[in-house]
Amino acid sequence: MASVSVCQYRPGGFSFENCKRNALLEADINKLGFSSPAARKTGTTICGVVYKDGVVLGADTRATEGMVVADKNCSKIHYISPNIYCCGAGTAADTEMTTQIISSNLELHSLSTGRLPRVTTANRMLKQMLFRYQGYIGAALVLGGVDCNGPHLYSIYPHGSTDKLPYVTMGSGSLAAMAVFEDRYRPNMEEEEAKRLVRDAIAAGIFNDLGSGSNIDLCVITKGNVDYLRPHDMANKKGVREDKVYGRPVTGSYRYKHGTTGVLTKAVTPLNLEVVEESVQTMDTS
Amino acid sequence: IVSTFNNYNDLYPDWTQREVSTGTTIMAVEFEGGVVIGADSRTTTGAYIANRVTDKLTPIHERIFCCRSGSAADTQAIADAVTYQLGFHSIELDEAPLVQTAASLFREMCYRYREELMAGIIVAGWDPRRGGQVYTVPVGGMMTRQPVSVGGSGSSYIYGYVDSNYRAGMSKEECLKFTAEALTLAMERDGSSGGVVRLAVISEQGVERQVILGNQLPKFSTV
Repeated sequence: MASVSVCQYRPGGFSFENCKRNALLEADINKLGFSSPAARKTGTTICGVVYKDGVVLGADTRATEGMVVADKNCSKIHYISPNIYCCGAGTAADTEMTTQIISSNLELHSLSTGRLPRVTTANRMLKQMLFRYQGYIGAALVLGGVDCNGPHLYSIYPHGSTDKLPYVTMGSGSLAAMAVFEDRYRPNMEEEEAKRLVRDAIAAGIFNDLGSGSNIDLCVITKGNVDYLRPHDMANKKGVREDKVYGRPVTGSYRYKHGTTGVLTKAVTPLNLEVVEESVQTMDTS
Repeated sequence: IVSTFNNYNDLYPDWTQREVSTGTTIMAVEFEGGVVIGADSRTTTGAYIANRVTDKLTPIHERIFCCRSGSAADTQAIADAVTYQLGFHSIELDEAPLVQTAASLFREMCYRYREELMAGIIVAGWDPRRGGQVYTVPVGGMMTRQPVSVGGSGSSYIYGYVDSNYRAGMSKEECLKFTAEALTLAMERDGSSGGVVRLAVISEQGVERQVILGNQLPKFSTV
């Protein structure tokens, strides 16, 4: 029996039709003078370094929405697997969801193979997903971990390109952090030196980049052990208001002594007011 | 290579939004018994150098390499796909694959998706049937065999040098010197190329790789 419906050829791959429509809508809105709501970005300074026994990942903790700080203490170092962690810069939602998706898939993969996952597997999964979305997922990641082949560190860009290097930085504060790395990085550092180097690199981003700020989180991954140090360094602790000044409590007291302001002259003018019109409007409480 | 998703404030400088490109100078030369391939090591996002020690000479198979130029994401994705396809094909055949096969696979992908991709690739290697071969697959997806081929943004500056200094029948050492000098000249003049010079020799014996660091590059007159 002949089939009535005609099968339309569906081109493979992701459909970017909505992205084109969104761009047009954005242009129209801007012409009218309004702006569409800004996605929350994690401005950010993130970095990672390979040292003698493993990797050290570092991140600041500021999340921005345009020019306003949306979160003063957000966590940018995401769990991928017991031996692999990933720092994320770019659009906060994108980094969060992307790392969660890959973490979930990697756990299933790990159960299937019966082995501890490898960093290169996570890298491949992330780059293939980001390439599929052609850069529309704004996630710039620093992926680090230790597996059977030793410590590994990757930087992953939103369009899906990756670099495997001994030290990497990402985010708006990456130039400041990279300056610190290029000055002081040495191969095969000890753990304390590596932690100090990453801490200083993030601090450079925090203090020299407007998109980064607040505290410094560290994650030290070695064979068989992970130290998730959050916070490692509270570089921007909020100040405490002074309680007493000259023995008098400062907070909330606006009482001044008699004679603080000298009175020179005093004149009293009575204002004779007469009611002209009075109207009462009852509230509609139905 | 413009990303449109955030142009409105200075918190996020230009280079955080630009796509990563392998600016680049790449080169491959055939000689009797094999090929010499070379590349610079700079990857840029706008004006920032994202990676100053990139390896743009990517193994596709045991004796077949490709030199990547253009968008880093596109060329990495294409190379990964072709590596898988060629490995599968080689196992089916139970034979070493031909360099022409690898080049054809690259051409298929680069031509089919020419509107979406920005990739200029030089495929070079050695196979038992035809010896050392260089095939170039520029943006657009053409494929052609050439005895010597240059590519990338820095290649514009060395066409004259290559055309005047190439001779057929050079030895391996002469090819290495020729490639190193051409790449150095391009890196000197092109802002998107720089770093170190990576070279590889592919022949029946296998692959020998070497790196020429910045201070060891050949010197030309400084004007």
